[in-house]
Amino acid sequence: MLDLAKSRWHPIAAAHDLPLRHVFHGQLLGREFAVWRADDGYVNIWENRCLHRGVRLSIGINDGRELKCQYHGWRYSNRTAGCTYIPAHPADAPARTITNRTFAAVERYGLVWSAEEPQGEVPEVSGFAEGKLLALRAIPVNAPADVVAAQLTGYRFQPSGNIDGSAAKVAVEASNAFSVALRSSEGDASTLAVLFVQPVDSNRSVIRGVLDSEVEGAARLAVLRHHNELLSRLRVAVEAEAAREPAPAPLEPIIERVSPELAEMPEETTHGRKATIRVQVTRKWSAADGIAGFELRPLKGLLPTFQPGAHIDVHLPNGLIRQYSITNGPGESDSYVIGVKLERDSKGGSTCLHETVREGDVLAISEPRNNFPLRRDAIQTLFIAGGIGITPLLAMAQALNNQSLGHELHYFAQNQAQLAFPEKTKTLGASLKPHLGLSPDQTGAKLREILSGYGPDKHVYLCGPGPMLEAARAIAAEMGWPETAVHFEYFKNTNVIDDSTSFEVALARSCMTLTVPAGKTILEVMRDAGIDMPSSCEQGACGTCLATVIEGEPDHQDVYLNDAERKSGTKIMTCVSRAKSARLVLDL
Amino acid sequence: MSIAALCSDRVLLNDWHVIADLTNLSAHEPFQTRLLGVDLTVYCRGRYNKEVLRNDTGALVNATKRYGFLWACLGKPERDIVFVPEAEEEDRYLLTGGSIAVKVSGLRTVENFLDMGHFPFVHTGWLGEEPHTEVAPYKVELTAADELVATECKFYQPVASPTAKEGFVVDYIYKVIRPYTVALYKSNPVQKERLDVITLFVQPVDEENCVAHPFLCYLKDGSDEAGIRNFMQLIFAQDKPILENQLPKRLPLDPRAETPIRADAVAVLYRRWLRDKSVTYGAIPARM
Repeated sequence: MLDLAKSRWHPIAAAHDLPLRHVFHGQLLGREFAVWRADDGYVNIWENRCLHRGVRLSIGINDGRELKCQYHGWRYSNRTAGCTYIPAHPADAPARTITNRTFAAVERYGLVWSAEEPQGEVPEVSGFAEGKLLALRAIPVNAPADVVAAQLTGYRFQPSGNIDGSAAKVAVEASNAFSVALRSSEGDASTLAVLFVQPVDSNRSVIRGVLDSEVEGAARLAVLRHHNELLSRLRVAVEAEAAREPAPAPLEPIIERVSPELAEMPEETTHGRKATIRVQVTRKWSAADGIAGFELRPLKGLLPTFQPGAHIDVHLPNGLIRQYSITNGPGESDSYVIGVKLERDSKGGSTCLHETVREGDVLAISEPRNNFPLRRDAIQTLFIAGGIGITPLLAMAQALNNQSLGHELHYFAQNQAQLAFPEKTKTLGASLKPHLGLSPDQTGAKLREILSGYGPDKHVYLCGPGPMLEAARAIAAEMGWPETAVHFEYFKNTNVIDDSTSFEVALARSCMTLTVPAGKTILEVMRDAGIDMPSSCEQGACGTCLATVIEGEPDHQDVYLNDAERKSGTKIMTCVSRAKSARLVLDL
Repeated sequence: MSIAALCSDRVLLNDWHVIADLTNLSAHEPFQTRLLGVDLTVYCRGRYNKEVLRNDTGALVNATKRYGFLWACLGKPERDIVFVPEAEEEDRYLLTGGSIAVKVSGLRTVENFLDMGHFPFVHTGWLGEEPHTEVAPYKVELTAADELVATECKFYQPVASPTAKEGFVVDYIYKVIRPYTVALYKSNPVQKERLDVITLFVQPVDEENCVAHPFLCYLKDGSDEAGIRNFMQLIFAQDKPILENQLPKRLPLDPRAETPIRADAVAVLYRRWLRDKSVTYGAIPARM
């Protein structure tokens, strides 16, 4: 019978057993559950053990969004039960999917239902209106579920409307091995009670009764007490009867094995992108509509010096690596402040930072790299930012502002609420020029206005969405700006990368010739050969993996080099670009 | 499985195990305990002689005293009690740290003793503190003497010992000497080039119960006996409720039973070492 029980739904808790931030120890058929409600209302029913060392998660901490194990602080996400953070390895945390076993959860009739291998739906009780029921106090009984259910058919009680009476007639409306429906009537009063029997183990059960109508105030207490007394009396009788039979052996639930990959101790990450610095998120706030600000402080020592325009690689708890510009003004060296826009088509980077990472978390970051350097020898410097493109330019504008060097920061955004870091931009005074709510045409016209009047010793720095950068670069060229005065940084490379070619790469200084096959990048082939080449975004946008070309014709596929640099044929981004010639000689 | 299943691992039956702290034994009352599932009674015959008898057969069990403990061997002793060289050094206190019963396999208790990752979460404010949670890579090896040694273990500890006045990065060496015996060497906060030693003798009461008997060899310099004992008991009291919530209670030797990370390198090797020695008592053997 208990085999069949695995596929049936059983109540394992009352809804009121899951108050805010509590973890409830549930039991069904010999198995333990950690049951907890997240702040968004979702009820999680999980195997009651941390995958790491088997510690019960029912003693863990429910922080409203995740469950944190008491032993090593591993965090598991609401809904998925996937591990989001392993504190012992903050740099390379769970790049693998460590996911606890979850069980189905349904809330119905004031009870929380689950099943090992559910088939069908939670039992339908005609005459039960959701939300207008009264769940009785759970009564544990040391007896098998079917014995308890059989005894419950003889349960006698008064209807809630006539609790003090003594002449109620009780009729069995339905019964099976795990529930009994009884109607008690006296005079005009009539109450339907359904008593569900939760099979905790082979010889242990819990009676979870539900009445068909709510009762308010003092009467409610009287009704609860009435059933409490009667069911407790029934409990004593059932246990006495069950004790006459030999107790069945306890059920031994099968704890599933973890996957073979998880059983292997992971190697240290060998990729070339190093994250040597540990920082703590000491502040996370809304820097603008859809943009989260993060203040990152070092766990020990000082953060390395950064320059305006520099970015860091942030190694995320989900294994992704993302680049973010440092927004700090000069001398603000106790922490790095970055701004992260929640991308609608996020591949998991911005979503992770917005939803998972929080104050107090430890992250691994790279040293800052500056592939977007700021000249400070210009008579006038123009900064043109689109949306989140403000971040590197904000650092630059603060640097020039601090030195009283002439500059203007043109900041394009949809509306006032999307202007990020107002506390920082405010310090720039009149040099901040917001342009709000412009259509693409209006933006073009405004860019023309800003870029008119090129003169020697003027420089412009652009950062923003791809189409805006393309437009601004074209307008600047049209208005007579030489390429050497136009500096830009793309967020990402949206070019479709063609990696179908195969060619040879000779490394002049290393005296090494390598073959780059279709499907692999120059960077990957060099790494495989043991050459430690720095890289960051690995998509041709950031400029970190730049190499000098001595011979051969590069096939440029990046968005970092400008047209003059491309034409010169002397530089190549090794993460995406390839060769048009059969052989390429690099100064490495 | 019956909790009091008897042990068939020769390596354990023919080894010495601590069964009592001598200071806990009364001259007047017999002392009841259990070793490897066998109920034992300790009788004090006169001031110095102790006799250990099996409750089931009434047979006399091999017993001896060392390091302040009473030891017993149910079979034929094949090797001597673990030698602790630091116990010979005159400038150390030699202390028993209080026998603490834990409702979990002794092998789980040994593994917990080898673990640094839990310091910030279980021993918060003492042996660790968030956000200093990272376990840096360390070395583990099996020595010629068939002991497991983990070296170059480092961890930031706010109050590393009873005499520590400030937080510092503590150097640790771990040594698993026998299946149920593990030692820890950590930098002394006063004489930083010397090491305090805690040897944990775990009594396998049965497969799912143990008593941890810590033996402390601490430099006397700047410390006192009550403080050292108190510190040990504080730390162990923090471990006990966590250990008693491990499921299953026995240590699984199947590599796929749990999920190791790099910080667990020594535990991974410990489980493999137990497998190689065919130790099954207190363990769930790996499926073949």
